[in-house]
Amino acid sequence: MVERASPLGSDFRPGFHGDFAEGTGVTILEAIKGSIVEANAWPGEEKTLTENLSAICRLKLSAAPGSGAANREGTCAFNIGPGRFLLSGQDEALAGDLIAAIDETTGTVTDLSHGRTVFAIEGSQVEWVLAKLFALDFSLSAFPVHTGRATAHHDLFVQIQRRGEKRFELYVFRSFARAFAKTLRRASEDVGYTIR
Amino acid sequence: MLIDCPHCGSRDLAEFSYQGDATRARPDLASTDTKAWLDYVYNRPNPAGRHREFWQHAGGCRAHLVVERDTLTHEILTVAFARDAAGGDAA
Repeated sequence: MVERASPLGSDFRPGFHGDFAEGTGVTILEAIKGSIVEANAWPGEEKTLTENLSAICRLKLSAAPGSGAANREGTCAFNIGPGRFLLSGQDEALAGDLIAAIDETTGTVTDLSHGRTVFAIEGSQVEWVLAKLFALDFSLSAFPVHTGRATAHHDLFVQIQRRGEKRFELYVFRSFARAFAKTLRRASEDVGYTIR
Repeated sequence: MLIDCPHCGSRDLAEFSYQGDATRARPDLASTDTKAWLDYVYNRPNPAGRHREFWQHAGGCRAHLVVERDTLTHEILTVAFARDAAGGDAA
């Protein structure tokens, strides 16, 4: 596979930024994924698709709104709509495996590996920072680990999965990634942020 | 204004796109009744009160919805998936 270049450019440079005199509240990094895939079930095929995805990715997925899962190999998935899942993992073969395995009568699988950029943001102030950008409840009780939300920041669609108590991954269109990185950095300035 | 998406839960209006009047009944495709087609394509009742509308949760789960809304108060009365609404685009 052709090596993927980061779309984030020279502005997204490692180091400490913003008001970091008393330490940084969040760390932002580009989460490099081998595969990013969206799977959609035809109406009535949601259960079959969920079972197939669970078996192929070795995840315990459910079709419940916003539900998600992750495994130790770094493969993760979450529900982004009725019968729709966003899956990602370090394995570059994952997209091809899913496309080959999901029957055309069950649903569709789209390889988005080159079309999305994933930001990971973590730290003690992560909920505070994200709450500035999205009208969602980021508390752990309302947004448990592994669950996900499909939302938008103005005209930019963002899919968010909670990967830890203080860690989120944000999937954005690759063509908007640099602009969104600026937005994320701007929102993090008051708590200080580290770029890794 | 908040809309209770049946999939995502309560979300801000900014995530939704208006998709049109959901009370229209499309004439038979073989119909040559120009008044019926004119009404279907152009004429809208614009009621002051309850109104059925199509919306899409474009900035979320992307589901198409039928929303019953009060045009005077902007109160959202019911929200359902459009695919489950009786008669598709008919009231």
